Amino acid sequence: MSERVKFFPGREIRSRSIDEVLASEYAADLKYSWASGAAMSRFLIELKNGRIIARKCNKCKRILLPPRIFCEDCFRETDGWFYVKDTGTVNTYSISYVAADASRLKEPLFVAVINIEGATEGMGFLHLLGEVSEKELKVGMRVGAVWKPEAERIGSILDIRYFKPI
Amino acid sequence: MMVRKVCVIGAGLTLFRRRMLETGKELSFEACRMALDSAGIQRKEVDSVVMGSAPDAFDGVHMKGEYLLDGAGGYKRPYSRVYVGGATGVYVPVSAWWHVASGMSDVCLAVAEEKMSPLQPHPQYAFWSIFDHHMERPLGVTLLWIFALEMRRYMAVHGIKEEEIAQVSVKNKHNAIDHPCAQLPAEITVEDVMKSEPMVWPVKRLDVSPPSDGAGAVILCSEEFAKKMTKEPIYVAGCGWNIDSTYWTNRDLYYPQYLENAAKMAYKQAGIANPRKEIDVAEVYDPFDYKELHHMEGLQLAKKGEAPKLTTAGVTQRNGELPINPSGGLLGVGNPIAAAGMMKVCEIYFQLTHQAGKRQVKKEVHTGLAQAWGDLMQYSSVFVMRRR
Repeated sequence: MSERVKFFPGREIRSRSIDEVLASEYAADLKYSWASGAAMSRFLIELKNGRIIARKCNKCKRILLPPRIFCEDCFRETDGWFYVKDTGTVNTYSISYVAADASRLKEPLFVAVINIEGATEGMGFLHLLGEVSEKELKVGMRVGAVWKPEAERIGSILDIRYFKPI
Repeated sequence: MMVRKVCVIGAGLTLFRRRMLETGKELSFEACRMALDSAGIQRKEVDSVVMGSAPDAFDGVHMKGEYLLDGAGGYKRPYSRVYVGGATGVYVPVSAWWHVASGMSDVCLAVAEEKMSPLQPHPQYAFWSIFDHHMERPLGVTLLWIFALEMRRYMAVHGIKEEEIAQVSVKNKHNAIDHPCAQLPAEITVEDVMKSEPMVWPVKRLDVSPPSDGAGAVILCSEEFAKKMTKEPIYVAGCGWNIDSTYWTNRDLYYPQYLENAAKMAYKQAGIANPRKEIDVAEVYDPFDYKELHHMEGLQLAKKGEAPKLTTAGVTQRNGELPINPSGGLLGVGNPIAAAGMMKVCEIYFQLTHQAGKRQVKKEVHTGLAQAWGDLMQYSSVFVMRRR
C-alpha cells in the first residue's frame, strides 16, 4: 500500500480576536451547593477545631486520608475515626506561575502533595507551602500546618493557611 | 476468549489547529467521510458507531454525544458516546472492537472529536471542575499543578534532569514537521525548552502540548468483511484499559501502575510476552514531554527510570530501534483531547499499511501500539494492531 490520502480537511481561523469572526457568545451563570457528605462533613468540622481526622479500615488496616465512609479496596464500610497529626513530608511539589484561567500570577505559589504523619504511608493531600524560599524546597522535606486563628476558621481546607518547614 | 477477529480498514483525520471554522459536527463529518473513503465503503455499510469526545465544558453543550451524532455518522444506528477523559481517543476503538468482536456488528465506525476553542479565555479553565469540591478547589488548583507534581515526583525518584525530559519535546516537534495535520511542528533545541516560560515548574511552555480543534476516525470490521475490501488487513491484536483511584494524593505518582495493568491486559490478548522486543512502533500519549517517558515505562517498553536513557541514545527516534511517536505526537501535531488519541491510532494504522509517507519509520513494522491517558492521572487505554 502507499499513501492514499493527499488532502486533509479543515479550515483554520487565524484571527487572534474573537470579535473578527462570525461567532455567537454566551456566558453561563451556574451556581452549585455541594453537600459535604458523611465523611467530609466531619473532616471539615475537625479542621475548624484545628485537627485533621482520617478513617480507618479494620480489614486492610489502612488509615485513610482524605477520610471516606467506605474502603475502595475492601469495598466495605470503614470502621471508625482516627486523628492524625498536622505534620507530614513533602511527597512532591511544584511552583505555579499561572492561575486556573491560564493568566499569570503576580507571585508564584508553592504547591505540594503532603503525606500526613499518622495516616498510612503515602496518604496525603494537596496543599500550599509557605515561609519557605524556592531554593529550600525539596522532596522529602518535613512540614507542619500553619492554622488560621480559631475565630477565623470556617470548616474549610483553607483553615490551614499553608504548611511550613519544621 | 470466544471472540471474532477484528480488522482496521480505513482512517481519517482533519487538520489540528488552535481554532477551526468547522463546528464539532462538521469536523466529525470530515474525519468520518475520509475514513469511509479510505476503506472504500459508504455509511450504509456501517452497522454501528462509537463516538468519543472529552469534557462537555469545552463546548458548553451538555449533551455532546447527541449534538455530534449527525456529523459522526450515527443517524439511525446503534450509537453511543464514550468518555474516559484524555484516554477517550484510544478507548473509542477499544469500544468499537467489542461491537465487532461480539458479532453484534460487522462494520463499526469509531470517531473522536474535540473542539476546545469555544471556551474563553482559555480551555484550561474547564478543568477546574474535575477537582474535589472540598479538598482541592478552594486552593485554586489548576490542571497544570497535578502534572507538574507528577513530573517532579518522577524526576525525584529516578534522579532525572529537566534537560533529559526536554529531548522528547525536541524529537516530537521535529517529527511533526512531516505530518500534514500538525499544529506546532518546529525545529527546537533542548535549550529552547529550558528557556521557555515557566508555567508550573518543572513544566515550561515547550514541555506542553497546545489546546486544539480536530477530529479523527477509523473503521473497524470483521475479518471476513476486511478480506473483501483489502488484501492486507490490519488486525486488532489486543485491547486494554484500567483505572486507579480518584484519591490521587494517595498513590505514588512516579509510576503509572494502572497503565501497566492496561498494557498487560492488551499484551495477554495479543500473545505478547516481551513488549520491548515485540512492539515495533508505538504512539504513546504525550500531552507533556515527561508523559512519553512515564508511559513507555508503564507500557513495559522501558524499565522504571530507563526511558530518558533510551531517548538520549536515540532509540525512540523514527530511525531508531523502537520508534516512539513518529507522528509528532500531541506535542507536535496538537492535542484536541479525544481526537489526539485517535490521531495516534490512525498513525499506527498508517505505519502498518506503509501510508505514513515521510513519517514512515525506518524499520520493518508488524506490530504497533497506541495508548492514551486521562481523567485524574488515573486512566489508560491501550490498542495493539498487527499486520499479518
